[in-house]
Amino acid sequence: MGNPNRVKAERGFMRWVDDRFPATQMWQDHLSGYYAPKNFNFWYFFGSLALLVLVNQILTGVWLTMSYNPSAEGAFDSIEYIMRDVEYGWLIRYMHSTGASAFFVVVYLHMFRGLLYGSYRAPRELVWVFGMIIYLALMAEAFMGYLLPWGQMSYWGAQVIISLFSAIPLIGPDLAQWIRGDFLVSGITLNRFFALHVVALPIVILGLVVLHIIALHEVGSNNPDGVEIKDRKDASGKPLDGIPFHPYYTVKDLFGVAVFLFVFCVVIFYFPEGGGYFLETPNFEPSDPLSTPDHIAPVWYFTPFYAMLRSITFSLFGLDAKFLGVMTMGAAIAILFVLPWLDRSPVRSMRYKGWISRTMLGLFVVSFCILGVLGVLPATGVRTQVSQVCTAVYFAFFLLMPYYTRVEKTKPVPERVTG
Amino acid sequence: MKKQLFALLFALVPLTGMAATSSDVPYSMTPDLEDKASLQNGMKLYVNYCLGCHSLEYQRFSRAASDLGMPQDLVEENLIFSSDLLFNDQMEIAMEEEDAANWFGAAPPDLTLHNRLRGSDWIYSYLLTFYKDDEQPTGVNNKVFDMVAMPNVLEPLQGVQEKVCPDAEHQNGEAEGDASCSVLQVTEPGQMSPDEFEEAVYDLTNFLAYVGEPSKLQANTLGPKVLIFIFIFGVIAYLLKREYWRDIH
Repeated sequence: MGNPNRVKAERGFMRWVDDRFPATQMWQDHLSGYYAPKNFNFWYFFGSLALLVLVNQILTGVWLTMSYNPSAEGAFDSIEYIMRDVEYGWLIRYMHSTGASAFFVVVYLHMFRGLLYGSYRAPRELVWVFGMIIYLALMAEAFMGYLLPWGQMSYWGAQVIISLFSAIPLIGPDLAQWIRGDFLVSGITLNRFFALHVVALPIVILGLVVLHIIALHEVGSNNPDGVEIKDRKDASGKPLDGIPFHPYYTVKDLFGVAVFLFVFCVVIFYFPEGGGYFLETPNFEPSDPLSTPDHIAPVWYFTPFYAMLRSITFSLFGLDAKFLGVMTMGAAIAILFVLPWLDRSPVRSMRYKGWISRTMLGLFVVSFCILGVLGVLPATGVRTQVSQVCTAVYFAFFLLMPYYTRVEKTKPVPERVTG
Repeated sequence: MKKQLFALLFALVPLTGMAATSSDVPYSMTPDLEDKASLQNGMKLYVNYCLGCHSLEYQRFSRAASDLGMPQDLVEENLIFSSDLLFNDQMEIAMEEEDAANWFGAAPPDLTLHNRLRGSDWIYSYLLTFYKDDEQPTGVNNKVFDMVAMPNVLEPLQGVQEKVCPDAEHQNGEAEGDASCSVLQVTEPGQMSPDEFEEAVYDLTNFLAYVGEPSKLQANTLGPKVLIFIFIFGVIAYLLKREYWRDIH
């Protein structure tokens, strides 16, 4: 039995539905009656945009699947078939390939917003953790999707990344072989990546997005000031600084959608390769297991972590450099999960934190971007040293956080949200 | 907020620069897919001089005919030489890959996506910089593709091109490795003047740029319409937002 006190429509068709399914109640809980802080700024567009891109990926993905051939013999040809012989196939394919990069653009900006305003802080730890699992699933989704065009970079990128697992002591080589399903990346690998890319991971991601939003709506949205709007309510129990998500933020996000789509379509119609960063040039050549490209670089959204992997050029404690590199890369992502418990500041938002936090965040962002650039370029002596420094800064931002957030002097937090 | 959104838009501007990837080839060209005469001439040259060895396995004759504005009968009469190929077929070659590998050392690659792989500057420079080199089995070498296995099939048009030294003290071929002796000059004229030949190579490269991504033509037509629609939608969305938010302070 559902809640007998739930909101129902007065009469008509919606009443009939509401007697059987909590449609009106859900609409109210998550949209018309969900009070969000009124001071959301630019950074708050990216959550809804991530949802938009997810829908774009699913819809275009479904249509691509109709014409794609997941076999080593036919995959590359079928992509060109989609590009040339399928009606609007080129558009659907570019929407999907550009959408993958757009997804990471909006997700990185969305995560940065969380760092900036302390959106991961209690009671929103689970919102952050669910978000992080989405990010992880998204990386797996993007990686497996990238193999499907079966071009040179698809093939060799997958070969390099899967071989990372072989660096794990004892079980490594067997594990890598188990993932590939073969001694090297082959049609078997392509088939299983296809299954995971189009069925398993999208289901996982959709489920996680639901959890992310339910957790968010349970605790309420944070805001640029990091003050809790639920603490101050009017006589009817509505937050004084809150406004219903619908219609206020639905119309605002609609404008954000228009701006996003404009930029997105400029890329789709005029720069679908994204300068070789969204669609890498060697991928216009069919995969060839006998010929390795001169320079293998992952797609831009993985390059910061790839640069960290390559920055470890030394052995330590009897562990070889490759394994340490893999560990570093894993740790760089794992440490994000515990962020809510690393931040000990009495305030949430960067607006009221002290200069150390601001400097650390700045250094963190700069290091992450530098790593991203270095991950694209071939490694040289100086570049490796720079990436070592940037990797150290990346980890220092997190590992020193319990200290610097406690010792620094914070600014007084206002009682109500500002501007 | 508006400022920030535009800032985001401008943040993407560098992408336009990145699209023109830098490469260290001597010549550059900008494809013009609106120049149908150039594309048609390029296709004619391709079919006559390249299609013997280099297939365009994803490009259909029919698609090229409609995109470049050529009637079917004209294409069938003048551009489809093999009796095995039909108007709707892809531009395949008759040579077997294995034979080709035996004859040339490597099978001539399919060129459908070559423009996307190498870029039009590369193709343009490659076709312009064959020069006489008696040490090569084909008698020619290439400036952007050293020791290339392909003969200069355009030689009847271009004539014989040689490395010469502008400095009078050096004689042709004597000072090998001397940087000043790397200027290419036609020493035996072909059917075309150097200017005419450059134009022909432009047309050929332009055609390969088209073949690499025929959907570019559709994107160029559809793009502005979509962008104008989204722009108007954005203005309306903004006005709607402003109206709703009038009372929020």
